[in-house]
This record gives sequence, C-alpha cells and structure tokens, in this order.
Amino acid sequence: MAEIVAVIASTHHPFYYRASTATGADRPPFADEWVRKVMAFRETLTRANPDVLVMVGSDHFHQLWLDNMPQFLVGKAPFYDANWYNEEREFGLPRMTCQGEEDLSAHLLRGGLDLGFDLAFSNELRIDHSITCPIITLRPQNDLPIVPVYTNIFAPPLPQPKRFVQLGQAIRELIESWPDDRRVAVIGTGHLSLELGGPRQFGPHGPDPEFDRKAVEWISTGDLEGCLSEVTLDSLWNPGNATHGFMDFMLMMGVAGEGRKADYTDTYDLFHTMEAYFTWYPDGGGHA
Amino acid sequence: MSKYLLDKFLFTVDRDPELVERYREQPRATVEWWEAEEAGRILGSHLDERSTWLSFDDAEREALATHDYPKLFELGAHPFLTLTLFIAMFERDYAEPLGFQLEYGQRLSGYSLPYPDIST
Repeated sequence: MAEIVAVIASTHHPFYYRASTATGADRPPFADEWVRKVMAFRETLTRANPDVLVMVGSDHFHQLWLDNMPQFLVGKAPFYDANWYNEEREFGLPRMTCQGEEDLSAHLLRGGLDLGFDLAFSNELRIDHSITCPIITLRPQNDLPIVPVYTNIFAPPLPQPKRFVQLGQAIRELIESWPDDRRVAVIGTGHLSLELGGPRQFGPHGPDPEFDRKAVEWISTGDLEGCLSEVTLDSLWNPGNATHGFMDFMLMMGVAGEGRKADYTDTYDLFHTMEAYFTWYPDGGGHA
Repeated sequence: MSKYLLDKFLFTVDRDPELVERYREQPRATVEWWEAEEAGRILGSHLDERSTWLSFDDAEREALATHDYPKLFELGAHPFLTLTLFIAMFERDYAEPLGFQLEYGQRLSGYSLPYPDIST
C-alpha cells in the first residue's frame, strides 16, 4: 500500500514567482525574506522524498465556470497544461506541463464515489496557480507526477466546511489504500483572511489579523473541533470576501488528522494577506 | 436581473487579449456588440446551440458600458472577475505598484458588510 510521507498546506500567492526572480530596482524589499522562508519550507517536502503529489487547490474561473460548476473535481489525465493567459498577464507566471498519475486519480475517483462523495472528473484539465504556485515554491524541478483535486471555494453555493474536512479524511484513507508502494505527499493551498475586488483589498496586512492568528493556531495544533465550532459559510465573509479559501486549509487538516500538531509552522506577514506554511509528517520522521 | 450574464461578460472578455483591449477603448460599443452577438454563446458548444433568452437589464448594461466597477460590485458581479479584468485594463495607467488596486479599494470604501450577494 502507498504511504503518505508528508502533508503540506500553504498559501498560493501568485506574486511569489515574480518577486523571487526580480533583480535590481524591480526586486521588492520583502523578496529576500520571502525566498528564505520558502526555501526552508521547500526542504520539508524534499526531506520526505515523495514519488507522487496529490495537489488540492481551487480553480479561479479559468477552466471551471458558472455554466457547469463542480463542487469537488479530480483530474484524471496523463498530462496537465498549466497557467493561463491572465495569470501570465498579471503575475508573470510561466506556462508549464505537469505529468499526471492516472492510476491514483482513478483510485481516488472510484473510492471517493464509494465513500459518498459525488466527485466530478476531468480528462483534460488545465490547472492554474492554486496548484502551480506550490510546484514553483516546493518542487520547482516539476519532476513528480500529480493528481489535482479542485474544490469550489469561489462560486456560491459552496459545500459546508465540515464537508471539506471529511473529504480530506477520505483522501487520506484512499491514498493509504492505494495498492502501490510509492511515497505520496499531499499538498493543498488555501487562504487566511483575504479580500479581492472589495473595499478591504491590498491593505498593509491581511484584512483580519485576528482571524489569521486564530486560523494559524487551529491549523498548527490540528484543532478541528475549535475550527469547526467557529467557521461557517456565513462567518467566512467577515475576514474578507475571498476567505472561503480557508476551507482548503480545513481540508488539509482533515488529511493530517484531528489533533495532529504540525511538525513545521511558519508565517510571513506580507501586504494583502498573511503567508502561512505547514507540514505534517505522518510517520513522525520526514526522512526517506 | 441577470447576474450570470454580467459574470459571463467579465469572464469571456478577461480571457481574450483582443477583447480586453477593445473593451478598454470602446466600452459601450463592445458591450452592445457582445450582448447582440456573444451573450447567447454556450461556451464549448457549436454556435447553432446558442441560448435565446439571455440579456442585461438596463443597470447592468450601463455599468459595463461606463466601466463602473463600484456599481458592478453593488449589482453582485463576482468581485474576482471584476478585479482581474479591470486590473488588466487600467493598472498600466498607474506609476506606483498596486496604484490601481488601491484606488479600486478606495472607490468601494462606501460598502460595508454584508456585501451584495454574489451567488448567481
């Protein structure tokens, strides 16, 4: 059976690529510290020595659209083209191609349906920055096959927060029942407090530092009970109109497990939103 | 109200470099052309399969034709779509990094929670 060797949750700030590669006068003052933090975070995946990456993210109205919107979707393709014209335009993100892992995709789909999740699937999925940003930050050589899992945190009506947790728990169970001896890392990206296209956007900090403080505490301590007692679809509007992406962090808490403290926690208070990085090693070690 | 069509306009223009420029330079003409020719296009389908019933109401049409993004926010257009497209059109006009985004937030400063419903 497959082994989960690392569970990783982070933000997916699309400005990182441009900030980290800028030079001279174009290099923002926060870039060096940001790079230092990302390099330390990257090491937490490298030391786990994974063979396959299951990657949880949210399409940003690139391929998925209001004419036919899934709530949870698993990609099942041999390859995934990545990044879109408007991501090149605004963030300078490069075009990429990722290799797929179709057998694990099929296993997650079959097993997920049998567990009661009405998963959508796609045989031709162009992925966007919610999945490519963690490749850029954590595995820039882009040498591992992936299984993309997209969630709808974007187009109401949304699934309830507990459903994200339950899907995370199911993903863990399904990976561990995959009849394959490869080492799997699960990487998911979400948001802390965030406002996009609203009056609180692009402030000197995220729109709700108090929510961010509580959220980091919930995630780093695996406090699912405390998190679920406070977070609802309605309450998530308060910390910023894009904060429903926090539910992808809740999904990753489900993968990591109730009460599991993160083995690695870091944050970086940038303008616009708080960066947050978490790693769990299910076997306690993190060494191959 | 046809919030879906508002979002469809923003979505389809944002993903087409030529249309982004056309909407920047000729907003009213682009909105009129788009509503007449493109609103009914079912994305990913042959043109003969187009919808027959979609149209803007007057407030929606006018907000798009005047680049009035605070009004689009009020009407419940998806804020991510509006922001992304308007950055593409107007960020270039500002010398300071984030200059347009900051003005965007400022122009919406009259809004407080609860924000307009963005479900379609």
